[in-house]
Amino acid sequence: MDPVSTATNIIENSNLLLAVIIPLFGSLVVMTLKNHPNLREFVSFSAAMLLLSLVLSFIPAIRAGQTLVYPIFQLLPGLSVTLRADAFSMIFAIVASSLWTIAVFYSMGYMRGSNEHAQTRFNACFALAIFGAIGVALSDNLFTMYLFYEIVSVCTYPLVAHHQDEEGYAGARKYIVYLTTTAKLFLLPAMILIYVMAGTLDFPHNIYTGIIPADAKDWIVVMLYVFCIFGFAKNGVMPFHHWLPGAMVAPTPVSALLHAVAVVKVGVFCTTRTMLYVFGLDTMNMLNLGIPTAYFVGFTIITASVIALTKDNLKARLAYSTVSQLSYIILGVALLTPHAIEGGLIHIVNHAFSKITLFFCAGAIYVAAHKKNISEMSGLGRTMPFTFGAFAVASLSMIGAPPVAGFVSKWYLLVGSMEAHQVGILLILIASTVLNVAYFAPVTYKAFFGKPPAGAAVGIREAPLSMLIPILIAVTVSVIIGIYPNFMMQFVKAVTG
Amino acid sequence: MDNLIINQGFPLLSFLIFFPLAGAAVMLFFRDESFARFWTLAITTITALVSIPLVTGFDTTTARFQFVEAHAWIPRFNISYILGIDGISILLVMMTTFIMPFCVLASWRYIKTRVTPFMVCLLIMETSMLGVFMALDFVLFYILWEFMLIPMYLLIAIWGGPRKVYASIKFFLYTLAGSILLLVAIIALYLQNGSFFIPDMMWQNYSQTFQILVFLAFFLAFAIKVPMFPFHTWLPAAHVEAPTAGSVILASILLKMGTYGFLRFCLPITPDATFILAEPILWLSIAGIIYGGFTALAQSDMKKLIAYSSVGHMGFVTLGIFLLNTRGMEGAIMQMINHGVTTGALFLCVGMIYERTHSRELSVAAGVGRYMPWYVTFLVFFSLSSFGFPGTNSFIGEFLVLAGAFDVNVTLALAAIPGAVLAAAYMLRMLQRIVWGGTNNPDQSYLTDLNVREIITLTPFLIFVFWIGLKPQPFLDLMNTSVVALLEQLNTWQQHGVAMNMILQ
Repeated sequence: MDPVSTATNIIENSNLLLAVIIPLFGSLVVMTLKNHPNLREFVSFSAAMLLLSLVLSFIPAIRAGQTLVYPIFQLLPGLSVTLRADAFSMIFAIVASSLWTIAVFYSMGYMRGSNEHAQTRFNACFALAIFGAIGVALSDNLFTMYLFYEIVSVCTYPLVAHHQDEEGYAGARKYIVYLTTTAKLFLLPAMILIYVMAGTLDFPHNIYTGIIPADAKDWIVVMLYVFCIFGFAKNGVMPFHHWLPGAMVAPTPVSALLHAVAVVKVGVFCTTRTMLYVFGLDTMNMLNLGIPTAYFVGFTIITASVIALTKDNLKARLAYSTVSQLSYIILGVALLTPHAIEGGLIHIVNHAFSKITLFFCAGAIYVAAHKKNISEMSGLGRTMPFTFGAFAVASLSMIGAPPVAGFVSKWYLLVGSMEAHQVGILLILIASTVLNVAYFAPVTYKAFFGKPPAGAAVGIREAPLSMLIPILIAVTVSVIIGIYPNFMMQFVKAVTG
Repeated sequence: MDNLIINQGFPLLSFLIFFPLAGAAVMLFFRDESFARFWTLAITTITALVSIPLVTGFDTTTARFQFVEAHAWIPRFNISYILGIDGISILLVMMTTFIMPFCVLASWRYIKTRVTPFMVCLLIMETSMLGVFMALDFVLFYILWEFMLIPMYLLIAIWGGPRKVYASIKFFLYTLAGSILLLVAIIALYLQNGSFFIPDMMWQNYSQTFQILVFLAFFLAFAIKVPMFPFHTWLPAAHVEAPTAGSVILASILLKMGTYGFLRFCLPITPDATFILAEPILWLSIAGIIYGGFTALAQSDMKKLIAYSSVGHMGFVTLGIFLLNTRGMEGAIMQMINHGVTTGALFLCVGMIYERTHSRELSVAAGVGRYMPWYVTFLVFFSLSSFGFPGTNSFIGEFLVLAGAFDVNVTLALAAIPGAVLAAAYMLRMLQRIVWGGTNNPDQSYLTDLNVREIITLTPFLIFVFWIGLKPQPFLDLMNTSVVALLEQLNTWQQHGVAMNMILQ
């Protein structure tokens, strides 16, 4: 990629501001519609559709190699709130906005189906979380990213604590303590130190140079790097992953949103954005930061998978699966070879659609059959064929079987690790695939072929349509992007040049 | 007197000082409580509006004192009446004039007994606080500095809570103890210079021992006022017992006089001592930041929690000042304003709960979010601001101070970071309790949400939270020239000193 030619393609576009305002404004309107549930849901849904179409409208410009920017506030020289849409942002922006539309639809069915309280607050915070996520996707510098990252942390707290019982408060406390502590303890000093050293926090327009000045002391750069990896604790890298299973107390649409879009993806997006655009491949190569990172997150991949094996609660198993899968993304980028980076980044998309399907299914099972534990789901597939069918397909994606989306990421990751000549990483990927099979296959197998306990299936029917449709859309997308990966791949390829 | 820009037209500074005093004098002839409220509100509002030309007419290109008024007062001792402001004091003056009307509004229903004397005290406070920030003569400064104790003492001792006597005496004794050494230092400086004019005392060749002694005398007075750890113990007591307006004045303005003193007196009058003693003061600031954070985390009384958080926040200010670089110092001044805005607003919020529940306990306020949605909306923003959420005012202050600290010493800056973590912890803990509570909240269905007066009181604070947070440049421009000039003089001084030492060796 030629830095000069990209620099001339920076175009100011105020629609970026609109993209951030839509979910924020949507949330404010939702708050006023407490007594009009139908209108409220309509507003949520239209805001989501509006956002999706706006994000999609950026595609032609990005495809033409342009970068859209929009400065909002200039705080200090080199420190500003500025939005940017480039190929890298688009990967996450498209995922976040399209999943919001599906999630709004689904949560409507779920929340009404299970008569949850405080649905207005729920909808409003949901939109605020998207506001944060889209802000992260469209941030042009580390400060803007940090700002929206923190907004996501604060705005998702009410969602996690939604049930307002002891368990809910405990989970939410853990959630907010982990996320704010790591952000303040690691991210804040790292950001300030980078500002002091570089005089700016603006991301460059390529993945090579980064913004760390060449004369920086090695140990300081390494320290900053470690701070950034741990600071974005939403990425679920061990040892700061405990908040994620703790947040499982939330209603299922929240878990789906947290795990597929708003929170964990914000974490990995920030981590990879920082690796590629703050440190840059040149610095990472020079200080040999990549391979140790890959092995470090490799540990998370394996350990989380092993823990997932031991969980009988379906949502807990999915949570640990998320912890493990997120590290795939970081691992791919850390290998620093083009294919591995592409594999890692495309996994942001692939994992999102497949994981949201799995969580939606878990929610549908809970609403329809009131079952949370895998051991109780024997034979349930026969009464809920669509839900469990979707679950099976999505878990194939997690495993990485063709033709579902996960296969594409795994393919690129494997090629990338061979390019990097890392046999160890290759073994980690293979071992994790085996573990994925071990914890996902029994769920589907038991559901379809297990013997239902006597008299258990009485009165259980397939989930309501308002939940089933989003499930089927999400799983169809998972398959489509597995067969036609090019739509999203074009952005990923544009990142690596 | 070449460093003064004499004010030719309307004596703006004198008006600002004496107008509230005159307003207080008029009130002595009226006994009506409702009149006292409206009259004080009018006086403070006019004062605030009249102070606006200070900003619009402020020349940001010069570090000299502006709007200066100089008159002889006691010529025999060379004592004069000289007022003036520069980039360091302008924001503090503005904050003082603008916070006062809201203190009146906050006391509207809170103060039920002896309303007129209360309002008189508020106005006298305003006079002496403005005078402290404007005085350029040391005797004038000292008189106003001491005079301030009386109305503040009365505010706590008469309208305070159950332990008001203990708290007010403690406040009085602590501050007085510091002030006495300040007086000694002033007289010592007079004996050296033969003048009480403050700029005349700056950048003089005092001996090192003399400087250190004067610095320590200053330091004690100002460190008690800030308050720096370990001189802070009067603060939680005073805050807890003071009425809302008293707490707001105390937190927003009184504490700033200590840090203002460091900037105005310690640095330029005793530069050598500053260089020698800066390092321990930096670490003392860190200790305050951490200590304040941990102590705040353990409080169940909301006012105490915010009082201890002040110790931490003011630690950032002293940290910034003694870093002796531009970022640190600008961050420190910014943080002084931010702390005034945010902590002032938080005390107002606590006062509003207290008016309803008659308790400051977190457990009593648990879960009020359900019945007071507007109230908690304000509270959320002020709490976020208090722990330096990006996009709010405190973030800019802490960012600049920490950036300055990283410039000087990475270890020092990293040592301050746990303070930021703790701030998030105690603020979010308080917020969680108030907005959500637990599973067995007390019954709060009798609570009413904010009324119009209360919303009007809080809204301006919220505007400043985001204005400074997102557009800090105009505020920084006001102080920049003065800060840069002060640091340049310090640098020249240091180099000069090094050169002298080399010659002597």
